[in-house]
Amino acid sequence: MKLDLILRIGVKFLLPFVLLFALYVQFHGELGPGGGFQAGVITAGMVILYAIMFGVEAAKRIAPQRLVEVMVPLGVLIYAGTGVAGLLLGKNFLDYSVLAHDPPHGRELGIFLVELGVLITVSGTMTALFYAFSERGR
Amino acid sequence: MRFDVVQHLPALQVVIPLLGAVLAAFLRRGIVAWGLASVVTGLMPLIAGGLLWQVLQAGPISYHLGGWPPPWGIEYRVDVLNAFVLLLVSAVSAVMMPFARRSVAFEIEGDKQASFYSMYLLCLTGLLGITITGDAFNAFVFLEISSLSTYVLIAMGRDRRALLAAYQYLIMGTIGATFYVIGVGLLYLVTGSLNMVDIASRLGPASAEHFRPIVVALAFLTVGVSLKLALFPLHVWLPNAYAFAPSFATAFLAATATKVAVYLFIRIFFSIFGIAVSLESLRVCDVLLALSVAAMFIASVLAVYEQNLKRMLAYSSVAQIGYITFGIGLANQNGLTGGAVHLFNHALMKGALFLALGAVLYRAGTVKLAELGGIGRRMPLTFAAFVIAGLGIIGTPGTAGFISKWYLALGALDQGRWPLVFLIVASSLIALVYIGRVVEVAYFRATSEAAEKASDPPWNMLVPILVLAVATVYFGFFTELSAGIAAKAAQTLIGGLK
Repeated sequence: MKLDLILRIGVKFLLPFVLLFALYVQFHGELGPGGGFQAGVITAGMVILYAIMFGVEAAKRIAPQRLVEVMVPLGVLIYAGTGVAGLLLGKNFLDYSVLAHDPPHGRELGIFLVELGVLITVSGTMTALFYAFSERGR
Repeated sequence: MRFDVVQHLPALQVVIPLLGAVLAAFLRRGIVAWGLASVVTGLMPLIAGGLLWQVLQAGPISYHLGGWPPPWGIEYRVDVLNAFVLLLVSAVSAVMMPFARRSVAFEIEGDKQASFYSMYLLCLTGLLGITITGDAFNAFVFLEISSLSTYVLIAMGRDRRALLAAYQYLIMGTIGATFYVIGVGLLYLVTGSLNMVDIASRLGPASAEHFRPIVVALAFLTVGVSLKLALFPLHVWLPNAYAFAPSFATAFLAATATKVAVYLFIRIFFSIFGIAVSLESLRVCDVLLALSVAAMFIASVLAVYEQNLKRMLAYSSVAQIGYITFGIGLANQNGLTGGAVHLFNHALMKGALFLALGAVLYRAGTVKLAELGGIGRRMPLTFAAFVIAGLGIIGTPGTAGFISKWYLALGALDQGRWPLVFLIVASSLIALVYIGRVVEVAYFRATSEAAEKASDPPWNMLVPILVLAVATVYFGFFTELSAGIAAKAAQTLIGGLK
């Protein structure tokens, strides 16, 4: 099936900007609205948009099933690992102040890592859900 | 600064199973995931035991997550009551773990076993988290973690009806969680705090001005948590969920999940509201007593007419939860001791019973009573354990069940309500009927086709069943650890009441 040319080119044109916006939301989360969860949803939205236009098989070439399945626990591992790092450095669980040379920078790094974990898990979960639904009835 | 294990025990209690759950999700092979889950679960009672010991020596422990002091940061707060529940949940899970390997391998497809263990560890994380946290909203988060993983555990049952049961529980559980968070939201509006200790201290002064929202918050919290603990008549999700879930999941959930919900209930009633407003004046205790008595009778009668043994035990669980809430409703020293000790004893007994049924399913392939004639002669040790735990459920002297009912009866007598004592005894007689019915079929009927090929399960399934059955008898005689600590916890809770 040949899809409409404008749609195909338009979507391909949009994809990098969607990803860029996701990264903006991710890194701007500490200053404005946003954060790992929202960025993760937008990232997964990019994959889903691509899958709707070019088919699930094509989407699985850019985001393979196995990778997506690994991303789900990986993000939680990064989050929990960041918490444990504080624990091992002699502070309480989730205390990030010891992660860098002074407490404010340590907390900044800690939140960055935690949000990164959230991004990975949320985008992985959303994509995995989409794949699971798209495989039904095949 | 150096890492000091003892100081960080409260965090480790939750963090280790969380890491275990995440690592298990990376694994492919069921046996490796089982090994990981066993190691993690095995560590839990050591940590919980350490915490209980510390609390008994030096009083409540407060652990500040992220180093932020309460009430701003999340506080893990361990006192006698929740150290007791932590030890119960983690010890029962640890005893059950050897059983899981064969049972899970038998009932769940190979490629899903690793995710089963991942979900089990996540559920354990949630349950321990609810118990240890001192923050009302954090408790909600852990409630959701344990609930979501429970839905998955139930849906993994062999029977396709497991999906429907899981969906039914999903709907009911979500309503419960929503009600809980509405209640917490109202408390936050009135007091401006989410820390339980802080809420309790601010609620009293606030109650003069904002009495109505406080009552509404109590109502929402009560109904929300009651859904989770399956208080009659909010129990309808439980029989199907327990009947169709994999055997190990049923035993684990029956022994731990409802108990943790009961703990949260006690916490809300006595540590938050009881301190601030008079529970007597709100008449919640009377409602609770009425519902508990209804559960004790109606659920027990339903159990008598049930043909599927797993469902029968599930109805029995609803009835037994009735005894626990009965103790809470009495709201006096002996009554609350009885409720708390029954929480402990029932976990042991119901754990043994459900594990025994898991062994029956493993060997005979069915848990329908009609198809199990003579099974007791074929699986002598399994059914010996079943009968002992069953006697505990009835409340026979010499078993743990008697201890709980003794305290409940004392609690009722302390209030001069002797008819309630009669009701406890009368409802126990119904338990005699439904347990006796199984004994009659298992020992005195002709050996059925399914029973013919059955025999006692391998030792790694048998040992957990026997350990729990022996514990049922042990705690019927030596009550230092069960009733002794429950009484200490009750004393603290009752002492704080207004």
